[in-house]
Amino acid sequence: MTGILAASGPVIPDFGEASSCVQDNRLFCPDWVRDNWGPVLQPALLQHVKLVVIAVAIGFVLAFAAALVARRSTWFERPFDLFSALVYTIPSLALFQLLVPITGLTVTTVEVALVSYTLLILFRNILTGFRSVPADVLEAARGMGMGSFQVLRRVELPLALPAIMAGVRVATISTIALATVAAFVIPEGLGRPIFLALRQFFNTELIITAILAVALALVADGLLVLAQRALTPWTRIKAGS
Amino acid sequence: MIADLSVFGDALRFIQENPGLLWDKTVEQIQLSAAAVGVGLLIALPIGIGLGHLRRYSFVAISVANIGRALPTLAVIAVGIVFLPVGFTVVLIALVVLAVPPILTNAYVGVSEIDAETIEAARGMGMTERQILQRVELPLASPLLFAGIRTAVVFVVASATIAAIAGGGGLGDVIVNQASYGIEGVIGASILVCALAFACDGLVAIVQRLVTPKPLRGRHVDDATLVSEPL
Amino acid sequence: MADAAARIVFDHVTKRYPGRAAPAVDDLTLEIPAGEICILVGPSGGGKTTAMKMVNRLVDMTEGDIRIGDESVRDRDVTELRRGIGYVIQQTGLFPHMTVAENVATVPRLLGWDKQRTEARVDELLDLVDLPAVDYRARYAAQLSGGERQRVGLARALAADPSVMLMDEPFGALDPITRTRLQHELLRIHREVRKTVIFVTHDIDEAILMGDRIAILRPGGRLAQYDTPEAILAGPADDFVADFVGADRGLKRLSLTRLDELPLQPLDGARGPALAGSTTLRDALSTMLSEGSRVVVVLDGDGAPRGSITLDALAERLES
Repeated sequence: MTGILAASGPVIPDFGEASSCVQDNRLFCPDWVRDNWGPVLQPALLQHVKLVVIAVAIGFVLAFAAALVARRSTWFERPFDLFSALVYTIPSLALFQLLVPITGLTVTTVEVALVSYTLLILFRNILTGFRSVPADVLEAARGMGMGSFQVLRRVELPLALPAIMAGVRVATISTIALATVAAFVIPEGLGRPIFLALRQFFNTELIITAILAVALALVADGLLVLAQRALTPWTRIKAGS
Repeated sequence: MIADLSVFGDALRFIQENPGLLWDKTVEQIQLSAAAVGVGLLIALPIGIGLGHLRRYSFVAISVANIGRALPTLAVIAVGIVFLPVGFTVVLIALVVLAVPPILTNAYVGVSEIDAETIEAARGMGMTERQILQRVELPLASPLLFAGIRTAVVFVVASATIAAIAGGGGLGDVIVNQASYGIEGVIGASILVCALAFACDGLVAIVQRLVTPKPLRGRHVDDATLVSEPL
Repeated sequence: MADAAARIVFDHVTKRYPGRAAPAVDDLTLEIPAGEICILVGPSGGGKTTAMKMVNRLVDMTEGDIRIGDESVRDRDVTELRRGIGYVIQQTGLFPHMTVAENVATVPRLLGWDKQRTEARVDELLDLVDLPAVDYRARYAAQLSGGERQRVGLARALAADPSVMLMDEPFGALDPITRTRLQHELLRIHREVRKTVIFVTHDIDEAILMGDRIAILRPGGRLAQYDTPEAILAGPADDFVADFVGADRGLKRLSLTRLDELPLQPLDGARGPALAGSTTLRDALSTMLSEGSRVVVVLDGDGAPRGSITLDALAERLES
């Protein structure tokens, strides 16, 4: 099927003990899932999480720094925006492959690509967040004697948080989906079991890995929503209550 | 880090030496993508615009956006392969599933976020619901509508590339087949698919410019699924 | 930070913006005695807000100097300077992400006060502005009415006990009833805390009510007149000032005095509408005219008649 994938072991345990469900390749075999959770599914899931966390973390740091610059210097925003939009248009598989000659069949390649995709979303949202701070609040803060750093820390950041969290949510979900393509480059992440299962048309594995990928995204989103609610209690207040 | 940049030179040579093959593959991918976007538009636009006009069921638009973003191409194809054989059909269905969310969400947001007072004024002037849709809502929503279409187009082209592993054909066929085409083929096809993505994006941008009413032109509008409102 | 109020001196202060011919503030010189409320009033473009903002250096002077106490504002570190000045603006600028208590505690926290001292101070101030701490501490700005928000803004500005307060049209965004209420609140609070206050407004009536002294700035930022309200109303410096205070300045002067501040005539069977001693002369005149009486009976604090005042007595007051 694909020549790029690293060679891998057999999907179905080769003890000749595969259950009848698996041998008949019925729609979904819970026993296979149970048996292979430890050796196959869980590692893939954890690798996937690791890939995503690193990508979003690095992307956030870069986008945040860029937004801080763009906040003050108006010339910066447009070029950065254009650059990010450009990268965003590049098909993910192509980007991965184009990076391989440069950074090899490594996690670095994957991370460079994933981080590039998160930059656009995070930059826009962080900048929007900063811009949404009302002018009178900023004036009051300065007038009260807060230095630039204090204004940023005590006023701008908290008030920008809703928009920033929205960006982190979108970036995280998108990266979880994109990281499946990493399996074209390195044998890690949830994309790998999908590949192997595609080779064999193995229904159970196809279904469980697809479910895992989507479930991971929904769980991550849910956790981030909770985090946002915890961090921004004032946004849930109805005015005048 | 491996920095064997001569590969890019080889890739360009590959492109030069295999114009027929690459052209066929490109056409294949364009056909597939166009079909997927077309069907996606047929499904998503009426629903998105309709719901947006009624200003109801916003949770549908939000849920669709969130789920759409969470769907990895590979996962959709994986599920498709369980029920359908490898080939054009399963890939088309998968691509349609991926194309619908951005179109639907942007259509919904674009129409529903139009100033209620503008709509009220139109109603007060005696326009029928249909006329309001045609003459007021659609033109005003067109920036966001097109933002969604652009996102869907780029996304479909990218996903079609990946879908080659399920028999989708197109330039992805070359990219996933290093054994047959060598690293220079993979890189060459990657370069071409990038060009294809940019070309498609540009095409939609041109259509957008032609269709958008003059006063609304030049306003850069963010894709609604890109910067979502916090819950 | 000084606890006592400080004198403010504007010394030939000028502000020029690049690319504009006329200065925003032109050679402004005046002295505000410690503990007084000085109103900067004038039409738009008069530079009053600009002048005020030069005190806490949100705007930098082009020429001249401003001194608080005996120290020039240029000599102090700007952040330190601002922490010693209470700053109240029209839209309040309350921090939406902080509770009322946290808002008020902002400057004390910046100054490093310990928790206990800060909390005690917050409670003290909330009581001062008539927002019971027990109810209001934990609320957010979005839950407050406009008047309540501006009270919190005031408490916040007073928190670190600054020697000087700057107020930029603080009541401008409020409805007339709330505005009047807060104006009187501020006067009451000022009687208690006695800060030096610079108060900017475009409303001459507000200026007359609130000010110990009024500085009228004409467009182009030049000082037209600087004196007590009574003096300005009795003797406007020129046509611009006369125009600005309004043709009814005679009546406005009457509103500066209360019935119980005048010598009363004996009752002597005088009959007329009865008014409390705290009524302004202007309101008394209005009552006389509407009820067709040339005399009013003045009541004391318990509601008992003390004496009477005639229309002629009012007119005499104006002539003096």
